[in-house]
Amino acid sequence: MELVELEELLNEVRQTFKSGKTRCFSWRKRQLEGILEFLHDKEQDIFSALKQDLGKHKVEAFRDEVGILIKSVNYALSNLKKWMASQKVRMPWAFFPSSAEVLPEPLGVVLIFSSWNFPIGLALEPLIGAISAGNVMVLKTAELAPASSDLIANVLPLYLDNKAIKIIQGGQFVGEQLLDCKWDKIFFTGSERVGRIVMTKAAKHLTPVILELGGKCPAIVDTLSNLRDLKVAVRRIVGGKWGPCCGQACIGVDYLLVEDKFAPILIDLLKTTIKRFYVESDNISRIVNKQHFQRLCDLLNESSVRDSIAFGGSSDYETLKVEPTILVNPPLESLLMTEEIFGPLLPIITVKKIEDSIEFISKRPKPLAIYAFTKNEHLKQRIIAETSSGSITFNDTMVQYACDALPFGGVGLSGFGKYHGKFSFDAFSHGKAVLRRSFLIEFVCRYPPWNDMKLHFMRCLYRFDYIGLLLMWLGLKRE
Amino acid sequence: MEELGQKVSFDSKRAKEMVNELRGSFEEGKTMGYEWRVEQLKAILRMINEREADFMAALHSNLSKPYFESFLHEISLVRASCSLFLKQLKHWMKPVKVPAAITTYPSTAHIVSEPLGVVLVILTWNYSFMLSLEPVIGAIAAGNAVVLKPSEVAPATSAIFAKIFPEYVDNSCIRVVEGAIHETTALLEQRWDKIFYTGNSRVAKIIMTAAAKNLTPVILELGGKSPVVVDPDCDLKIVAKRIVVGKWGCNNGQACVSPDYIITTKSFAPQLVDALKSTLEGFYGKDPQQSKDLSRIVNSEHFGRLTRLLDEDRVYDNVVHGGQRDEKQLFIAPTIVLDAPLDSLIMTEEIFGPLLPITTVNKVEDSFSVIKSRPKPLSAYLFTKNKKLEEKFAMTISAGGILINDTTLQVTNPDLPFGGVGESGFGSYHGKFSFDAFSHKKGVLSRGFGGETPARYPPYTPWKQALLRDLINGSIITLILALLGWPWRE
Repeated sequence: MELVELEELLNEVRQTFKSGKTRCFSWRKRQLEGILEFLHDKEQDIFSALKQDLGKHKVEAFRDEVGILIKSVNYALSNLKKWMASQKVRMPWAFFPSSAEVLPEPLGVVLIFSSWNFPIGLALEPLIGAISAGNVMVLKTAELAPASSDLIANVLPLYLDNKAIKIIQGGQFVGEQLLDCKWDKIFFTGSERVGRIVMTKAAKHLTPVILELGGKCPAIVDTLSNLRDLKVAVRRIVGGKWGPCCGQACIGVDYLLVEDKFAPILIDLLKTTIKRFYVESDNISRIVNKQHFQRLCDLLNESSVRDSIAFGGSSDYETLKVEPTILVNPPLESLLMTEEIFGPLLPIITVKKIEDSIEFISKRPKPLAIYAFTKNEHLKQRIIAETSSGSITFNDTMVQYACDALPFGGVGLSGFGKYHGKFSFDAFSHGKAVLRRSFLIEFVCRYPPWNDMKLHFMRCLYRFDYIGLLLMWLGLKRE
Repeated sequence: MEELGQKVSFDSKRAKEMVNELRGSFEEGKTMGYEWRVEQLKAILRMINEREADFMAALHSNLSKPYFESFLHEISLVRASCSLFLKQLKHWMKPVKVPAAITTYPSTAHIVSEPLGVVLVILTWNYSFMLSLEPVIGAIAAGNAVVLKPSEVAPATSAIFAKIFPEYVDNSCIRVVEGAIHETTALLEQRWDKIFYTGNSRVAKIIMTAAAKNLTPVILELGGKSPVVVDPDCDLKIVAKRIVVGKWGCNNGQACVSPDYIITTKSFAPQLVDALKSTLEGFYGKDPQQSKDLSRIVNSEHFGRLTRLLDEDRVYDNVVHGGQRDEKQLFIAPTIVLDAPLDSLIMTEEIFGPLLPITTVNKVEDSFSVIKSRPKPLSAYLFTKNKKLEEKFAMTISAGGILINDTTLQVTNPDLPFGGVGESGFGSYHGKFSFDAFSHKKGVLSRGFGGETPARYPPYTPWKQALLRDLINGSIITLILALLGWPWRE
């Protein structure tokens, strides 16, 4: 993109914001409805694009992207008026008469970076928040998902106000050009490495950022004696590992922790479930491109890692498919166990007792999600208290993403800032404190020249010692 | 460990050792418990009560701050803050139950507040006591280990903090590091879980760039030019008092929320100037240099900066009150400038001192475009009796906070978030906002093994897609079917 073009584009959205149009409830509602119409009208096109980019089956595409977005837009539409309203705040009696409130206002011009693994979902979810909060925005689509990127850049604008919402395609160079401009907020979903670049560039303009990064999300599997529970747990693990984009998901299960004794039973059940789920090859996505395919092969081919493969391990360069692979106790210092896998390889680490998994996790960088399958309430409490992560889900995987009342975001190296539901609205708003006083009732003691009597008055005031104040006023109290 | 009272070189190696030690304490869980947090807060309260005189003397030494101001703006506010925290902390620490989605039924959802870890609070010089302790109280209450770096520009408070604070708080988790650029750089090279900075935008950029290396979130409390719009339809006597006390009664204008400049109508300006002059005389006497109620400029560097603002061409000629200065005493008289050019330094840079420019417009509504054409300030003030004007101001002027018919009071209400927007910074604190600023809000979703719907799993069929569609949209009937395990076969 030419620099001149970019400047013109930015000027246009800035002017739109200045006009005040995006502050109205009706404008925001219209844009959200526009997104809903896009999702309904173009559902088949969305499925085709995701199939083309990532080999996603349409059920997966609906479950993880389209369906979630529909839910999010409807949730925003139902709650928008409430979110936009100011919140009254109490004022101490000492300031009578006065009133205070917190008034949400849009930040202005925001920049959103999408990600390739959920190229529709991760583009539109933050867009919903930015629109709800009344901003104008520029969305940069993910170049590694070209069909989805084209769809969003060419078709979505037909449903939205193009003077307020701009969609830009492009790669690293375009990203850098965008980052050199001044924004009121930057929302980034992606890797740690690029997250650092985004924040460093944002620092030049003191732009606040939200970074939704990743990490190695562990799933602790306690010994489950009830076979039915175990089968449910395994289905949820398999569904949570290979279901979302073939493991290429920031909250996908990265590795498992299980007791030595229980591991064989778990592994057997994982194998049979994988075979049952993925009998059709089109029910699992493929790796996004050759570079990531190679990266995953390299993880597998590191010395001693290959020896730990217990299931799968094969891959096809032509179709960019990597088989669901289970590894048991690969070396902890291998790249497989130190880097975020973001693919269909599932290491299983065995521990002597399940409580040891708490220390294992807390010694490592904080992940975006921790999963734990257990009925042991004491273990659950320990996990909550002794580990830190973006979120914790007990006895399931991935579903926290669908819960609008829970903040979605990381901590430590998994990022900072949060969104979903009202958190999205807040992420793109400034809560402005508004305090109103009147000209009645003056506290002359605030004003110089100051003396001990005035000081004593203020002491009483700060302690809300109204009796003391009254007595002073009546001349009955001296310091 | 820093040797109290001794000059020991604090470099990157020592910074790393210190952070490692604090991280060790944090990982041991020392700061997590309610009891520990309460103990630290009570200790801080005790420190304020027992050593009030020492702190007041230090504040006076830095800036010749009048005791009244030190008490009002610093000591009392922090004391009130500690008390609030002690009262509310248990409640704030509790997990909050939130509605879980129908899609995940049956399940329960909570938001748990947990500490971030080891945080760095870099302090500023103008309210060196209050602005130091307010974020530190928040960080401790949220269960973090904390390092404070007081400002070297307020050496007396910095020294007193370094000496007194460790006598009261748990040194294995809370430290004070004195110093200037060298020490701050050493600190910024370490990995923190959050950095809180109050100060100016130049240093803020350095801090945020350093924070980016470790993906450390930051809160930046910066400043800006806080405008005061004065509508002729107001109670002029009270307006003048509230402006004067907000400007010169707050560290002699050296406060981020101090009125920076006034905008009023051309016809009203003469009356406003007269009212301000007579109020100034009433507060500080005919010779303000003799008044004990005015702080001094913090150091000669800032004195030089302010005199440059004043002595610029076309500015000095427009002085309508004051302008006297005494470099030895670091004194500049309360000064009013009328209609300085809009591109002069005094009208483009944050003044942070006792100079008050007044800009005139034809009608009061024109002031809105003046404010909007400038970077967003930390505060914006309006004096008026006109409710419509009030509404328009509150709705359309973007600033950290807005105050109608008074100045600076927004910092005293702990239920209001205090923080900037745009160039005046981001993040907020005070009261519960401080607790939240230093916490991570962790979502915890708890399911059982029931409520299993095979529709989410492959092999995928059109049936499953239809079911998922309804389920995600929260259809109760579909939910019931799903709970019954429909479809029973995959």
